[in-house]
Amino acid sequence: MTPLLEVRDLATRFHTLDGTVYAVNGISYTLEEGQTLGIVGESGCGKSVSVLSVMRLIPEPPGKIVAGQVIYRGQDLLTLDEAQMRQIRGKEIAMVFQDPMTSLNPVLTIGRQISEALIAHMGMSQEQARARTVELLEMVGIPQAADRYRDYPHQFSGGMRQRVMIAMALSCMPSILIADEPTTALDVTIQAQIIDLVKALRDRLGMAVIWITHDLGIIAGLAEKVIVMYAGFIVERGEVDDIYDDPRHPYTLALLKSLPRVDRSSQERLATIPGLPPDLLDLPPGCPFAPRCIYRVERCLQENPQLKPVGLHHEIACWVDVTTGREQ
Amino acid sequence: MSDDQVLVRVQGLKKHFPITRGIIIQRQVGAVRAVDGITFDIYRQETLGLVGESGCGKTTAGRTILQLYRPTAGRVIFDGTDLTSLKGNAMRHMRQRMQMIFQDPYASLNPRMTISRIISEPLRVHKLASGPEQVERVQELLRLVRLNPRFINRYPHEFSGGQRQRIGIARALASNPDFIVCDEPISALDVSIQAQVVNLLEDLQDQLGLTYLFIAHDLSMVRHICDRVAVMYLGLIVELAAKDELYDHPLHPYTQALLSAVPVPDPKVERKRRRIILEGDVPSPVNPPSGCRFHTRCARAQELCSQQEPAWRDVGGGHFVACHLV
Amino acid sequence: METTGESLALGVSGEAEPPPLSPRQLIWRRFRRHKMAVAGIFMLIFLILYSVVGALFVSESYANYTDTTKRLQPPSAEHPFGTDTVGRDILARTIYGGQISLLIGLFAVLVETVVGVLIGAIAGYYGGAIDSILMRFTEAMFNIPQLFLLLVMAKFFAGKIPTIQLLGRTFSGSVIVIILILGLTSWMYLARIVRADFLSLKEREFILAARTIGTSNLEIIVQHILPNSMAPIIVSATLGVASAILSEAYISFLGLGVQPPTATWGNMLDGAYNYIDSAPWLWIFPGTLIVLTVLAINFVGDGLRDALDPRTLAA
Repeated sequence: MTPLLEVRDLATRFHTLDGTVYAVNGISYTLEEGQTLGIVGESGCGKSVSVLSVMRLIPEPPGKIVAGQVIYRGQDLLTLDEAQMRQIRGKEIAMVFQDPMTSLNPVLTIGRQISEALIAHMGMSQEQARARTVELLEMVGIPQAADRYRDYPHQFSGGMRQRVMIAMALSCMPSILIADEPTTALDVTIQAQIIDLVKALRDRLGMAVIWITHDLGIIAGLAEKVIVMYAGFIVERGEVDDIYDDPRHPYTLALLKSLPRVDRSSQERLATIPGLPPDLLDLPPGCPFAPRCIYRVERCLQENPQLKPVGLHHEIACWVDVTTGREQ
Repeated sequence: MSDDQVLVRVQGLKKHFPITRGIIIQRQVGAVRAVDGITFDIYRQETLGLVGESGCGKTTAGRTILQLYRPTAGRVIFDGTDLTSLKGNAMRHMRQRMQMIFQDPYASLNPRMTISRIISEPLRVHKLASGPEQVERVQELLRLVRLNPRFINRYPHEFSGGQRQRIGIARALASNPDFIVCDEPISALDVSIQAQVVNLLEDLQDQLGLTYLFIAHDLSMVRHICDRVAVMYLGLIVELAAKDELYDHPLHPYTQALLSAVPVPDPKVERKRRRIILEGDVPSPVNPPSGCRFHTRCARAQELCSQQEPAWRDVGGGHFVACHLV
Repeated sequence: METTGESLALGVSGEAEPPPLSPRQLIWRRFRRHKMAVAGIFMLIFLILYSVVGALFVSESYANYTDTTKRLQPPSAEHPFGTDTVGRDILARTIYGGQISLLIGLFAVLVETVVGVLIGAIAGYYGGAIDSILMRFTEAMFNIPQLFLLLVMAKFFAGKIPTIQLLGRTFSGSVIVIILILGLTSWMYLARIVRADFLSLKEREFILAARTIGTSNLEIIVQHILPNSMAPIIVSATLGVASAILSEAYISFLGLGVQPPTATWGNMLDGAYNYIDSAPWLWIFPGTLIVLTVLAINFVGDGLRDALDPRTLAA
């Protein structure tokens, strides 16, 4: 079966006054129909840039996709022109961002913003679009949707605005929904509402979801496949259970150990990861995590390891076997 | 617990922010009831967690306890002294004993000052050290927060978020305080840096005998770092208990919903967990609901809940809750 | 402690880094990137040297010496810039006039900045009723056309302030009047900028941090807020010098500015109007000097604006 989306060796850089920022450094992954993929990592690990590259939303300049292919239903999105790309965005692949306020036009009503997309992309008439918009608003759980059609973005709370964004993203029934930290700015109870909503809609509409977050907790309950990114590289990927039960990359391992849990009492100190993530302007020659890694061997500082399998669907980019502490 | 074990006693503390209209003569047309009557004690050398969602008043509570905002009502008794009765210089003098660590490590350091000037400000203001003694103390503080003392003449923009937070901690420690309000000190930091800062705060507490009020929305981290935890909703504390008691046996429906909403980084646990999904949003603190403030979102609310405000009471073993159904 | 590795890592990175730049060095580095601003600086240095060093070669009495037999002479070897309507040497007068014009520009801006910063800072920091009153006053001043104020005040003060002796030179009292008038009619814009800056800065966490420490209000204003709003103040002051020189030229051209015999570039233009075609040297030289000064200052101001922009401070 051919995957719905296949990303191959994608690399994106930013040319700034201070030098070249190596934001995404050759990442590959696939996404099947209806599948949920979680991409986790800390700020600056390239998780957002990687999906913005897929959507061709990288500002050029300073950014540039320097290598790779993004194959969606057999078509390489990186070869399309802007007009063709517009037909993909929103209609085939839709995106929800962290801050809904920046993606909504503050001087237009919510209803108008959603119905315009419907008229433009789906060729609906005014009345059809209006009816569909109300339907969409109801679907994402906005009370009195018909009345709120005429409201402006500032009249909605943060959680409600994110629902509006989801309604807008779903308006053309995309096959893929990309959610870039959509709940980071929200409170935990509102976050639970939004995650609940996306899960329900995913199951009902059968779309694939790429959920980007720094929160390992969210991914655990949401995704089937997980990618862990560090300094623009994929360092580990696998089924959700592989990543959490049997993490094999020292970074994933350390990250999970450093997290306290709400469901467990803990007395001991948190495990820490010493030092700081590398400067993307000046990546070390070897493994990017090596300077902070407690399993580091000589080779780590010279050669950057490629992803290689450690299980059926489980891959890591590491020279060391963390179960033995020895070089593989 | 006996009185001498209490460092900070908060009694009926309220902070309302007036909403005014008018160009020159301003008249009050309403008030944001950010903190609306909270009562609790903070014991010496403990870490009390104050959790709640944005807009619940936890940050205002922290700032009002430190008298950065003048309370609308209530008292804050710090080591036997009623802070609300102190004025001008007496209060400024008292400030060396209570400090604050801020949420945003980028905004809380003056970008035009060197690290040395930032950390030594409390020393200068309270005339605690000057000249070479001051430099020595700054270097000692940098070592204490595990930063290189040679950084002393650098500016904040040269540091990462985690390092800046350490600088903020060093500044808070400069005047040898007893009590520190930590206002979301790690929420702006990356996951791998959070643990570093939390461990540092714990070590400093052991070393220096500090008392913390730890304000946060990350309930997992609060469970790790705190001894007791208070849960705020819409300007009021709804529940307060020792941490394991609160996390394992939450009594208030809001606490239960809040805890169930926190994701756990374990797919097996996540698949089995049942979430209590709250309906709607937090009501406005300008016009809070009658009776129990949570009744508009509470699945178990009854007639009584909308009419009468539940009493704040100890249900045993220092487990306080304000709910009619408990 | 278990975090020795961590402190070690920090120490190592500290040694590997190049010596870091202070904000001042960063500002200079960014300023240098502005070719026009650097050119403006050189131009300004040249103009200042012109009016300062030039004074070593000709005396002020020569600049004010009238010889009606030599009136309206075109540029020649004896009078390189020609002579004016009463036979004074224009070169000498542009030298001494330059001193006065630049002085007026600098001191008017000093008055403007002191008043503007004071009012803006008090209004912004204390807020409430104080802010309301000060800002209504500022708006009132704004709504009176500056030219009208200039003319009324010039008429009102004219002749009321005696000449003063300073550094062995005689200054017409009208110089001081003009400085005060220009300063007191131009502070409103700066006051608004400073107020807005103070309003936003006082909500920043580092101000709250200073209050937590116990720092007094005066220290907070002077040590914490003011240094952070220096950028707009410096830019406004720089550009203010240019506009003060222009305003001086403006009212002097109308005959209400600095009174003769004291020369300024502005009042040298007064009377040149009748000789626009017949004796262009009357206005070309002082006019060019004014234009050069104003252009140079504006280039420098633009450069400073970009260099001081706090949003780019980290870059």
